Amino acid sequence: MIWSSFSDFIHMNGYGPYVWGSFIVTFILFYVEQRSLKLFRKKIISSEQS
Amino acid sequence: MTPISTTNILLTIFKRDITLAIRRGSDTCGAIFFFILVVSLFPLALGSDTKLLQQIAPGIIWVSALLAVMLSLSRLFNDDFQDGVLEQLALSVCPLEMITFAKVIAHWCYTGLILLLISPILALQFNLPPHSIQVLFIALLLGTPTLSFIGSIGAALTVGLKSSGALISLLILPLLIPVLILGTLAVDAAATDMPYSVYLYLLVAYGVLSSFFAPIASASALRIVLD
Amino acid sequence: MQTKTDMNSQPSKSMHWFTFAAPSKFYFLAKKLIPFFWLLAIGLGIAGLILGLLFAPTDAVQGDSYRIIFIHVPAAWMSMVLYVAMAFWGAIGMIFNARLAYRISNSIAITGALMTFIALWTGALWGKPTWGAWWVWDARLTSELILLFLYIGYLSLYSAIDDKRKAAKAASLLAIIGVVNVPIIYFSVKWWNTLHQGASITVTKTSMDSSMLLAMLIMTFAFWSYTFATVFTRVNYKTLDEESHTDWVQKELSSMGVLK
Repeated sequence: MIWSSFSDFIHMNGYGPYVWGSFIVTFILFYVEQRSLKLFRKKIISSEQS
Repeated sequence: MTPISTTNILLTIFKRDITLAIRRGSDTCGAIFFFILVVSLFPLALGSDTKLLQQIAPGIIWVSALLAVMLSLSRLFNDDFQDGVLEQLALSVCPLEMITFAKVIAHWCYTGLILLLISPILALQFNLPPHSIQVLFIALLLGTPTLSFIGSIGAALTVGLKSSGALISLLILPLLIPVLILGTLAVDAAATDMPYSVYLYLLVAYGVLSSFFAPIASASALRIVLD
Repeated sequence: MQTKTDMNSQPSKSMHWFTFAAPSKFYFLAKKLIPFFWLLAIGLGIAGLILGLLFAPTDAVQGDSYRIIFIHVPAAWMSMVLYVAMAFWGAIGMIFNARLAYRISNSIAITGALMTFIALWTGALWGKPTWGAWWVWDARLTSELILLFLYIGYLSLYSAIDDKRKAAKAASLLAIIGVVNVPIIYFSVKWWNTLHQGASITVTKTSMDSSMLLAMLIMTFAFWSYTFATVFTRVNYKTLDEESHTDWVQKELSSMGVLK
């Protein structure tokens, strides 16, 4: 491990906002995509039961 | 009874489209006036500095021409679709591809051609030097048919949809970026006394390719919609 | 020599190219594969991120901002591959008149658009610390932006047409036209860029440490797996939605409804 502490890891030698801004937005978008698939699934099942 | 030849059919369609365009003159002129208006908006927005206007003139005229043509495309097939004429045309002896070709040529006549003829006047508003205006004219002459051809694909894909103007633009404008780039590079090169003919040749090439493939694509799209 | 009767007497063993063109067959195959792809995606993703974020050394030139490439590069590759795949399946659909092929093409679109957006977003966040600007009009970034427009056009056309079968066909045609145009667009943008000398970016070809390369490769496979899992899921849900009148879907839906 090249980081000596957790706060170093987060800080990324000053590039933290850029690196984490990228990663976080990416994971949010993936999460949103999966949520919308879940909603689609719910809609299919519920429309079937009606 | 004289046999109906393909050429006759195509000529009839061409003449019919032109006639209809003249009859709904206000719609046709709408696109033209839109072009003139949009071109005039830019100096209002950016200031009247002569040097700046000379630099941006080719880009503005080209972009405005693109937008004006996009506006006019939604009626290319929609009116015929509403009347049921399109279905009849699809059943005709004449291949739908060639019918599309004839319609697109007509479309160019009542949009691109007119924009082309007005462009020198607008270019003068921007104080473009005569040589640049010449090259701009030729570039538009070579490029505007492509706008109609590729645009017809967008019109065909959106037949029957309401308010298809914006959607057509969304679909087609990315595909027209090469025309835009080549058209403006040609004028920029001419303005700086650099060789510009390569851009014009490429415009011709792109135009010829699109005139061949676009009718095929448009006919496919029409068949999908009409089915 | 295998005669026709031989083939027919062993129905379960005969598989041919079009076995999985039937939505029902594809559905159950995909259903089995999806968990496997998820496992791969998460496993590779964690491995790649651990290697890339915790063990790969700080770059001499770019500092730690380079770590964004572990997302940026896979996303950019996926965005381009998926557009071609979208067009490919659309073409298959048109040639064989196979609705499943159209469905696969449509299911790829959103994921592809997402990848394109991620590539652009991470590209901007990488560009700011590295080259000082959030956006530069270089050939690759500009082409990526145009690719996003192509995806958006596809999605807009698909949602604008009510008849979903027509919508699928029309959008697929658009994708095929787009894919043919992409090289033309790319070259004209490249030309445009070299002649309008804007901010010149020298993509410093620093020799990448092997751990960086490995992490990037692992992340690429992770993105691939995620894409397969997501697209297969979407295809399956669309199949359930669009073929709900069939018996096998009815059975499947009731078993799904029972579980949750």
